[in-house]
Amino acid sequence: MDTKVNSTPVQPAPGFHPDSNTTKPRIVLEARNLVKRYGHVTALDGTDFELRAGEILAVIGDNGAGKSTLIKALSGAIIPDSGEIYLDGQRVHFRSPIDARRNGIETVYQDLAVAPAMTIAENLFLGREILRPGWFARLIRWIDKKKMLEEAIADMKDLKIGIRSMTQAVETLSGGQRQGVAVARSAAFARHVVIMDEPTAALGVKESNMVLELIRRVRDNGLPVIIISHNMPHVFEIADRIHIQRLGKRAAVVNPKTISMSDAVAVMTGAKSAAELSPEALAL
Amino acid sequence: MSEQSGTTQKPRSLLDRLPSLTIMGPLVALLLAVVFFSFQSERFLTGQNFSLILQQISVVAVLAIGQTLIILTAGIDLSVGFVMALGTMVMAKFAVELGMPPLLAILCGMAVTTAFGFLNGFLITRFKLPPFIVTLGTMNIAFALTQIYSRAQTVSGLPEAHLFWGNTFKIGETVFTYGVVLVIVLYLLVWFFLSETAPGRHLYAVGNNPEAARLMGIPTQRVLLLTYTVAGFFYGIAGWLLISRTSVADPNAGQTENLETITAVVLGGTSLFGGRGMILGTLLGAIIVGVFRNGLTLTGVSSVYQVLITGILVILAVTADQLSKRRS
Repeated sequence: MDTKVNSTPVQPAPGFHPDSNTTKPRIVLEARNLVKRYGHVTALDGTDFELRAGEILAVIGDNGAGKSTLIKALSGAIIPDSGEIYLDGQRVHFRSPIDARRNGIETVYQDLAVAPAMTIAENLFLGREILRPGWFARLIRWIDKKKMLEEAIADMKDLKIGIRSMTQAVETLSGGQRQGVAVARSAAFARHVVIMDEPTAALGVKESNMVLELIRRVRDNGLPVIIISHNMPHVFEIADRIHIQRLGKRAAVVNPKTISMSDAVAVMTGAKSAAELSPEALAL
Repeated sequence: MSEQSGTTQKPRSLLDRLPSLTIMGPLVALLLAVVFFSFQSERFLTGQNFSLILQQISVVAVLAIGQTLIILTAGIDLSVGFVMALGTMVMAKFAVELGMPPLLAILCGMAVTTAFGFLNGFLITRFKLPPFIVTLGTMNIAFALTQIYSRAQTVSGLPEAHLFWGNTFKIGETVFTYGVVLVIVLYLLVWFFLSETAPGRHLYAVGNNPEAARLMGIPTQRVLLLTYTVAGFFYGIAGWLLISRTSVADPNAGQTENLETITAVVLGGTSLFGGRGMILGTLLGAIIVGVFRNGLTLTGVSSVYQVLITGILVILAVTADQLSKRRS
């Protein structure tokens, strides 16, 4: 992929509100009965998954619950042993992260996957540089720096990331700004889903708030977001629904507005089962 | 995150346009050296002497192109000069002893150096061996092959084509060789490749953060393999330049040039940690080494001091690199 695909925002299904159960929202990404074993260890034991249009879905779970394996399966980093994944109702088989990316699923990795010595504009287009027009430019793969710079400015403006110069090296940015670059890159290229792995880890309070605000803007611009986080206050602040993973299965999907943090943690650790929760706390 | 809302592209100020400190350091060192030697010897600051310095550094400069590409990927090549020597021996003996058409013999020599580059890259990418060790091995292999094939004998009586780059032309009163023009053209081409094309930028990305490059869909292993192979091709060109200058193929050639390429790259501000640096800096680094050698010779200083000063310069450059890395 040499040229940037201008993403057409996925509109939220009409009349869809994350916390109303009256209308059936459109499902963007769905997984059924995923199984993944590593030798004798069963990381995914028939887990289901559902991401709806226009929402931020948090995935939480104890260590070893299989949440990162689940996310890796959805982003193409691993291939599940069995089970099905559907993107916009179509069955998909991802063999690599690049495969998933071609299908419009972008992942923001925990270590950000940026080249620190390169400029912001270059990082935004790393591996998908815009080329100049003409057969000769294509042949020698001559990049169009001016156009990349213009698009980088537009992308950062869309997300209201206030970075003055796109030609400064990423290493001159703060942790939160770097996260902003990684998020902007994903949001610019994603056509269906953005997945974020621990987006606020290693950030201070102010920077975390900035990144959470950024994630909301990505959703409001029309892309559903999956975030994996250990930080319960952040999860409750930002998520529209919470997927709780336990022992390789989906234990429950809950509504952060109607469930207490302690109940969510209880389900996560197995102290409570989903059946013991009040019906309005569930969100599936 | 900065405080102002919205993103504005500030026009680049004069300060932004100035080349970074890594290039300013060597540039200042070069200017100081030029001023110093100009006062020491009236023969130093002449067009003819300048042309001579360029001729003297041309072989190292072309070898150092390959070395720069490799160091940008966070690798190193210790086999450079020895691979070149093997290439020159093939070029010479294929033409003189096998009676092969001269140009074909030259191409065969370049094929050998390119194959050695490919071998380096193959061992490094396929078996995940450290570049330092792999090229230490191929350095010895190339040296031994050169000695065995030549029976440690110099080959002379080379045909015209082999000496092509030694031809000269005049600008005013100053005589330049074709080889010097070739060096400048090669540097401009590689500069364009590195800064203006997607594969060039990928090379930087692979050196800067290979994991990020891989996740962004860049075929990092292929980039590395190609880099070592292309570097081998440049060693072939350097070999042709060398026999053009000396008119013989010497089995012991390339030994001082070997480490001088690393000196030139480091003096030129390219980081040994990969991903940072520029090709024109390497040319500058090669010129610095050449200016010191030439100037000290003109002022009658023993060649031991030239080696001493080169050593000090390298350590200064590497220290600057390490300090700037720690700061970032």
